[in-house]
Amino acid sequence: MLKTMRFLAPAAALGGVFTARDALAGQGLPKPWQMWFQEPASPVMERIMEFHDLVFAIEVAIVLLVLGIMAYIVVRFNHKANPAPSKNTHNTLLEVIWTVIPIIILVVIAVPSFKLLYFADKIEKADMTLKVIGNQWFWSYTYPDQGDIQFDSIIVAAEDLKPGQPRLLTVDNKVVLPVDTNIRLLFTSNDVIHNWAVPAFGLKLDASPGRINESWVRITSEGDYFGMCSELCGVNHAFMPVHVQAVSKAKFAEWAAAQKKAAAGGRNDKFKVVQAEKPAR
Amino acid sequence: MYIVLSMVGAILGGGMSFLIRLELMDPGLQLLHDQQFYNVLVTAHGFLMVFFVVMPAMIGGFGNWFVPLMIGAPDMAFPRMNNISFWLLAAAILLMVIAAFTQGGPGTGWFITTIFNMRAPGLTMHRMPLFVWAILVTAFLLLLAIPVLAGALTMLLTDRNFGTAFFKVAQGGDPILWQHLFWFFGHPEVYIIIIPAFGIISQVVSTFSKKPVFGYLGMAYAMVSIGFIGFIVWAHHMYTVGLNVDTRAYFIAATMVIAVPTGIKIFSWLATMWGGSIEFKTPMLFAIGFIWLFVMGGVTGVALANSGLDLAFHDTYFVVAHFHYVMAIAAVFGMFAAFYYWIGKMCGRQYSEVLGQIHFWLFFVGVNVLFFPQHFLGMAGMPRRIADYPDVYHGWNYISSIGSYITTGATLFFFFIVWRTFTAGEKAAANPWGEGATTLEWSVASPAPFHTHEDLPDMTGTQPAE
Ligand SMILES: [Cu+2]
Repeated sequence: MLKTMRFLAPAAALGGVFTARDALAGQGLPKPWQMWFQEPASPVMERIMEFHDLVFAIEVAIVLLVLGIMAYIVVRFNHKANPAPSKNTHNTLLEVIWTVIPIIILVVIAVPSFKLLYFADKIEKADMTLKVIGNQWFWSYTYPDQGDIQFDSIIVAAEDLKPGQPRLLTVDNKVVLPVDTNIRLLFTSNDVIHNWAVPAFGLKLDASPGRINESWVRITSEGDYFGMCSELCGVNHAFMPVHVQAVSKAKFAEWAAAQKKAAAGGRNDKFKVVQAEKPAR
Repeated sequence: MYIVLSMVGAILGGGMSFLIRLELMDPGLQLLHDQQFYNVLVTAHGFLMVFFVVMPAMIGGFGNWFVPLMIGAPDMAFPRMNNISFWLLAAAILLMVIAAFTQGGPGTGWFITTIFNMRAPGLTMHRMPLFVWAILVTAFLLLLAIPVLAGALTMLLTDRNFGTAFFKVAQGGDPILWQHLFWFFGHPEVYIIIIPAFGIISQVVSTFSKKPVFGYLGMAYAMVSIGFIGFIVWAHHMYTVGLNVDTRAYFIAATMVIAVPTGIKIFSWLATMWGGSIEFKTPMLFAIGFIWLFVMGGVTGVALANSGLDLAFHDTYFVVAHFHYVMAIAAVFGMFAAFYYWIGKMCGRQYSEVLGQIHFWLFFVGVNVLFFPQHFLGMAGMPRRIADYPDVYHGWNYISSIGSYITTGATLFFFFIVWRTFTAGEKAAANPWGEGATTLEWSVASPAPFHTHEDLPDMTGTQPAE
């Protein structure tokens, strides 16, 4: 049941109401009417979903239990069905049960929860590092292991989008990263608190001025992945998307070499850290 | 007066939420051409609802009115202070517009005094109605939490205006400190909002089941422990700020513990109904609606308590759905239950049962259509606090906005009911609810006269609480 829910994208009839743009869907992007997580693309997100399946099953069981009891009460103990109320106000056994069973359930949840927490936290041995810097209102990226390539990543205005590019999620310079590589991520900010999030990676961490936060990702399949700033950071908070393009290791090496060469030749205006003009809209 | 004030607040705060949903109905910016104004709306909606709707109605309104009635005291201790706090609040609602919210909670400290010192003889702590217990716990929370908020706000103001650097990085401050202080206040604040509703629901459920509350002591101490734990879990709002991993492990554990007393409350309400002879009058419908909302919000709360899952949920619409279910809308259901339950006692006229029940069904359907789809949006990754969203999120946003139309309609209908009650309501009897209503307020005439219990009624030996 859990597995099918994940892919439920129903209501085709209602769907017709909306514009064709809604049909746009790709990897690392939810589908219209999506009711569940996006497809996982990292071991952390896979474990999040696995753990959530457990928690969700417990949630459903509790809700059904309460609903069942309520339905029974409504039928059996309304004033017509049961004119003489009992005066029963105590049942020690019952009270102990509904204290102890929740405690057991919580322990069942807590054990995998702690495992997930420590697994998602940091990586001991990383193959490369990516620095992410928040700005009002765009992201800057630095690749210290690839000769300090650096660039800004700014939203593309709706009117400049090419067909197939999702509105509010497309940027001029996307972050290119290799798959199957343990990547250490370092976050900080030049102004206020931002938050770099990519749902398909199970990744979400504040980029805070004056401190460096650390996380990691290992991308499992090639494709485009999207996310948005997830900490209110001012007027254009909604307009600083994260766009990651995951490519093969070979392609990534090629890309990095090209960037480095371009930067050395001084011809790459595009990737110099520019003072970004106000993002569109 | 508090209740009238809170209705004014509700018109403003509710109107804002309607504007927000109108904007979010379709992708793109239509109504508000400015994200800044959207941010202001969202923030003001939250503050208005919390400080100027729920708190005045629950604590100021129903608390002030019924705590003295229910414990057999003539009025609150320190009546003058109490009056001043009303007018301060009325002034604050005006100042609110320019975001100068300095006066947080109405009458607080004197509730503790009233309850401890002015109870009728024989009404021991363990015989007090649960609503009185609820207000007592709430007053303690307010007393402890408000100074922290006041302190944090003072630091923020001096930062902004006098060049101090508590939170400014450039001068060695730390914005994370602000978050700690804010949530140290903010988390108990949610319990300040919901605990009075617990009390109301207990009274209503017991009255209409014609049974005393099941597990009274468990209920009272569940509230006390929820209040206590509420102070040591604040950082579960901050799982993604980069806290040390062991710190997060502690906050996960502490937060999940809250589920235990919460479960005790839910099952005790169900057990109170079990074996009862239940009349499904409007207040009872709202009480049952409350339990449903609270269970829904409760289970998503257990999910959110886990820092690991919070990687997916933090700052998404899942959180919006969660807290509206568990505290915002649940508190509103508590207020409606209290209104229908006590309006006869307060104004001497009874509401129309048919209209009340229509209001319940409209409102119940409305809020569920409004907030349930937001779980889906959150799981799919839509962040909060954005005025425009990627087009893939259109569908459920559209449904959610339809829910907002229904809810708004139901609320307008409620104001119509209020007007009808005052102009054409039937005269209310001293006790319109019959044998189930056993607390002290039903022993006096409707409307309750001023300074009702001039002579303390003797409660020794009567009405055991269990
Ligand atoms: Cu940002």
